Amino acid sequence: MSDQTTFEREGGAGLPEHPLPSAPEVTAVTVEQNAAAQAVAEGAMAVETTSVASVTVELGTSHFREANAAVRAALEQANTVVLTEVFAQRYLGCAMKAGKRLEIHGTPGNDLACYMDGGSVEVFGSAQDQTANTMNAGSVVVHGRSGDATGYAMRGGELLIRDDAGWRAAINMKQYGDRRPMVVIGGDAGDFLGEYMAGGVVVLMGRPGSHLASGMHGGVVYLQRAHVPSNLPQGLVACDLDAEDAKVLGGLLARYDRCFAGEVRPDGTVAAAAPLEAFVALRPASSRPYAALYAS
Amino acid sequence: MLDCRIPRYKVLRDADECIHCNLCVRECANEVHYLSKKTGALKADSMKCVNCQRCTVLCPARALAIGNWPQVDCGSAAWNLPTMADIATQSQTGGVLLASMGNPKPYHIYWEHLLLNASQVTNPSIDPLREPMETRVLLGSRPAHLRVNERARTLAEPLPPQLKLDVPILFAAMSFGSVSLNTQKALALAARELGTYFNCGEGGLHRDLEPFGEHAIVQVASGRFGVDPYYLNAGAAIEIKIGQGAKPGIGGHLPGEKINAEVSRTRMIPEGTDAISPAPHHDIYSIEDLRQLVFSLKEATGYRKPVAVKVAAVHNVAAIASGMARAGADIIVIDGFRGGTGAAPKRIRDNVGIPIELALAAVDERLRQEGIRSTVSLVASGTIRNSADVVRAVALGADAVSIGSAALVAMGCHQCGDCSSGRCNWGIATQRPDLTARLNPDQAAERVVNLVRGWNREIQEMMGGMGINAIDSLRGNRLMLRGVGLNEKELEILGVKYAGE
Amino acid sequence: MNHPDPSPSNTGGIPNRTPGHACAHRGASSRPHIASRRNTGQHPRAPREGDVRIPSGCAIAAIMDRSGKRHDGSDILRSIALMHDRSNGLGGGFAAYGIYPEYASLYAFHIMYEHDQARRETEAYLDTFFMSEKQERIPTQPVASIKNPPDIWRYFAAPHPMRLAASGLDEAEYAMEHVFHINSAIDGAFVASSGKNMGVFKGVGYPEDIGEFYRITDYAGWAWTAHGRFPTNTPGWWGGAHPFTLLNWSVVHNGEISSYDANRRYVEQFGYDCTLQTDTEVITYLVDLLARRHGLSQELAAHIMTAPSWEAIDAMDPRDAAFETALRATYGSALVNGPFSIIVGSEEGLLALNDRLKLRALMAAEKGSMVYLASEQAAIEVVCPDAERMRAVGGGEPFVVQLDSVAKAKATAAGQVNEPRNAPLRHEVGVLPDRHLLRKEA
Repeated sequence: MSDQTTFEREGGAGLPEHPLPSAPEVTAVTVEQNAAAQAVAEGAMAVETTSVASVTVELGTSHFREANAAVRAALEQANTVVLTEVFAQRYLGCAMKAGKRLEIHGTPGNDLACYMDGGSVEVFGSAQDQTANTMNAGSVVVHGRSGDATGYAMRGGELLIRDDAGWRAAINMKQYGDRRPMVVIGGDAGDFLGEYMAGGVVVLMGRPGSHLASGMHGGVVYLQRAHVPSNLPQGLVACDLDAEDAKVLGGLLARYDRCFAGEVRPDGTVAAAAPLEAFVALRPASSRPYAALYAS
Repeated sequence: MLDCRIPRYKVLRDADECIHCNLCVRECANEVHYLSKKTGALKADSMKCVNCQRCTVLCPARALAIGNWPQVDCGSAAWNLPTMADIATQSQTGGVLLASMGNPKPYHIYWEHLLLNASQVTNPSIDPLREPMETRVLLGSRPAHLRVNERARTLAEPLPPQLKLDVPILFAAMSFGSVSLNTQKALALAARELGTYFNCGEGGLHRDLEPFGEHAIVQVASGRFGVDPYYLNAGAAIEIKIGQGAKPGIGGHLPGEKINAEVSRTRMIPEGTDAISPAPHHDIYSIEDLRQLVFSLKEATGYRKPVAVKVAAVHNVAAIASGMARAGADIIVIDGFRGGTGAAPKRIRDNVGIPIELALAAVDERLRQEGIRSTVSLVASGTIRNSADVVRAVALGADAVSIGSAALVAMGCHQCGDCSSGRCNWGIATQRPDLTARLNPDQAAERVVNLVRGWNREIQEMMGGMGINAIDSLRGNRLMLRGVGLNEKELEILGVKYAGE
Repeated sequence: MNHPDPSPSNTGGIPNRTPGHACAHRGASSRPHIASRRNTGQHPRAPREGDVRIPSGCAIAAIMDRSGKRHDGSDILRSIALMHDRSNGLGGGFAAYGIYPEYASLYAFHIMYEHDQARRETEAYLDTFFMSEKQERIPTQPVASIKNPPDIWRYFAAPHPMRLAASGLDEAEYAMEHVFHINSAIDGAFVASSGKNMGVFKGVGYPEDIGEFYRITDYAGWAWTAHGRFPTNTPGWWGGAHPFTLLNWSVVHNGEISSYDANRRYVEQFGYDCTLQTDTEVITYLVDLLARRHGLSQELAAHIMTAPSWEAIDAMDPRDAAFETALRATYGSALVNGPFSIIVGSEEGLLALNDRLKLRALMAAEKGSMVYLASEQAAIEVVCPDAERMRAVGGGEPFVVQLDSVAKAKATAAGQVNEPRNAPLRHEVGVLPDRHLLRKEA
């Protein structure tokens, strides 16, 4: 049994306007010998990962600057860091590299996994807005919903959301070379899903909002045939899956099930991937949607 | 459809002087100069001429000049030739008019209504050739007061990261894609030589420029091109681009034909696809969201890089700037409505935004009223044309200025305003290999270094005349300015007295 | 505001003020201090100091006994009188420390009045916010060259304890705020000094005449400073003469600084109001800001105002360079540029400083516990012929003279980090919009 170290820190009240860049003072360090057993008792899903050396950090209502400093310090000690009592701390997993993993219990703040560079983040709960903002590589799994501008300007990696996504998910998502971001949304998406999308893959199980994929000029959105809006924006074409589509989409649907199948959503439904056959692919007709817009 | 447009310029070739070397034919990417297929005679299609003056400058016989097309207009001040030409273009294409470089309209250039002071009798002027004259500027945020241990001569808290400029001049953001790599290389070389910074713009940092990281400001715009942790840490500072003076409220749109292999690699987008920067950052819909982005960048860089935020000078710029300071921006960059661009909708460029002089004065004053001016740095840009403009800008309240157009002019740009065509004959605003090869980065850098060194000497002369030997004492020193030809309101906003007062 | 202007002449007056303009700089206007012209219809008068910025050249001098022993004003009078030709009869004055030991714990307000109405208003105001232990007309004697002096009073008073507590300010800020109010809002009244156990005696005239007028030989202090002024224009009124004071600070200054507006706009951020538009005023506020509010030593404050060159900083070891760089980065706008020499008096002693290019003259010498400062060496020798260690105060090298008691206390105090205490700005704590500004906008 490995040591489980919990960093408890004071609440965020009265924090300075510009906190110091130095690592925050650790106010209490306790060693929990039976954290894994306790996690089992509480039914936490973290149990399968705590069999390897991991560090637990309780964030409480600490300020993001302290919290991230503590997380970075913990990631120096162990490849997996379990965050408990997470309340609105922004930027968790910011620029985190491959081989590092955060397991987040609670509700993280905005910009979760921003600029993430290969790391892995799993949220046992919902994420707030701008999840995986400008993420470069890695994996974000959200056992809940994720808010507005989820996946903004993502360039690589995967983002799996068990439930709904907010407005403007996957906006300005792009791809380059072998970096091809994948966003899977288990529920519905808000308006403007895939706006300005320049690359990557979006899988939407539920219904899109209006202005779907407005200005999309790259990548692909897979959605159920039944959910394709009748007034698809000009420049977009919905077509049947080809073999490559089936391979990519099939892999993502299976991945969704591996992450979430059987979990009960807040509305009582049980998470499960939709069947591959139900999907069509939405693509831009041109990578130059505005080629004829200008005159000089 | 009948093309109702007429040429703007007329190619004037002195037949007596022309030596028929045909250099003009080879040099003109717009194919203005050509040899008649029938007669072999050297001809010119003035319709295609954009007045870049490449041929005029290079003609070994001095046989070329570009004149205005001699067509008179209809006599109406309203329906003049450019107005008619715009209507013709749009009626033939249905397109949004595109334009480049800065607003050319004859709005007031307030710089020219602000006169500088010099010492006479009551205090001495200083001779910068023989006495120290400091033009070094630090850019970054500072505490309103320092906490120090005087006896140990130590700081209780470290100073936030600062950029150190040996001259009060930065190079403005110009992205790879909108300008050529050689242009960026020239600016990088010049920045290193001068002890200042170039700004790679929103198109990523080309790997050839990574060795210049200590003199680079990397930009994060709404398109997030090339933005990853490596990029964010590659420069000396990060600039969030909210807007630019030439096109406030407008995103960017680099057409697919300019996305060649190198641009593609640097921006990390596929070749040939349009590079679209959304009008807003889609994670900033409010001032507190700016704070979120500022601190995400600080988190990603370990709080080791100052974060600048650049906005276009718009009507409420003073309040906006104050909010930016409170949102954690270390450096506030204000770009006036005459600032240049590689491409912008013409109506936006010519009609949106306000002059940098008024914006700068208003921002500096508001930050002072709020008691936060000293905690943040302020950079002004958008038609800084000479050293006197720099001095005026600093006296109005800027810590430093950015120059874009002036640096390009030093490299050869003649302000033809045709950057968006991609046929820049000077090798600046183009990706065509035959054209970019025309700009030698070392030579271009030397010209820019000469320019800025010349300006800096002039700045020192002007400061010396005022009896000031450190640029700190010029900053916000509006008593060193007097207005001429300005009304009461303009004087009030600029915070200067009228000449004679 | 509806009483007639009693002083149409060019001397003795105090500039007219618009009501509430003390906080005008916190509103939309960047020009807070253009006084209204009430005397329209009369013959035009030259602008008074405060209406316009008037450059000055000067003579300065100071004498201090480090032991704290008191001496009368005759030596300082002789010292400044010798430098007659450095002033032009348009301003002179003295600051004296330790002259009111019997009232040492009370603020000693020296206030000049143009007319009785101003005195009535001021005394009513003082009665509201302070508890006055004693008030009297400052004794003067007629001097032929001094014409039309104002009515000059002194008050020994303590802040009204309940009002002080309710203000949320410390005692010094409280006193300062009310001094600003009197100077800016009560027409015809000017507080010449407001420190404890110190006072300023100044006016329009040659310093030796002003000293005679105020009978400064009747006072005994442990430190004296003196000023003879050479303004380019007539300053027009007595309040504009120097020393300039704030709380216990008194400043005499020689030269014209070229950084004036940069310094002014810097200190105005912290709530200071540069109504007189003089170098001395802004230097005083800089010293107050750095030393009293930000809690830095007077030496470090002076060092900031005459910061080492970047060339020198670049040559320092990295630790020192980091310290100096932080000072210049944070306090760049507190750098004072252009020629100046100043002598700052305070309860600690004297601080003399020359600009960093050493464009002004300032000599220092000692004899026993006595320390002498003057623009010219002879002005020291005339009162102390056997003065020792005569030397020039170097450019940018603060010259600090502390009372022995102060020096001893500081030497034994542990090295500590300063704790700044910035008073909140009015707009940060106000509950209503500024009505004056609202009216203006309407």
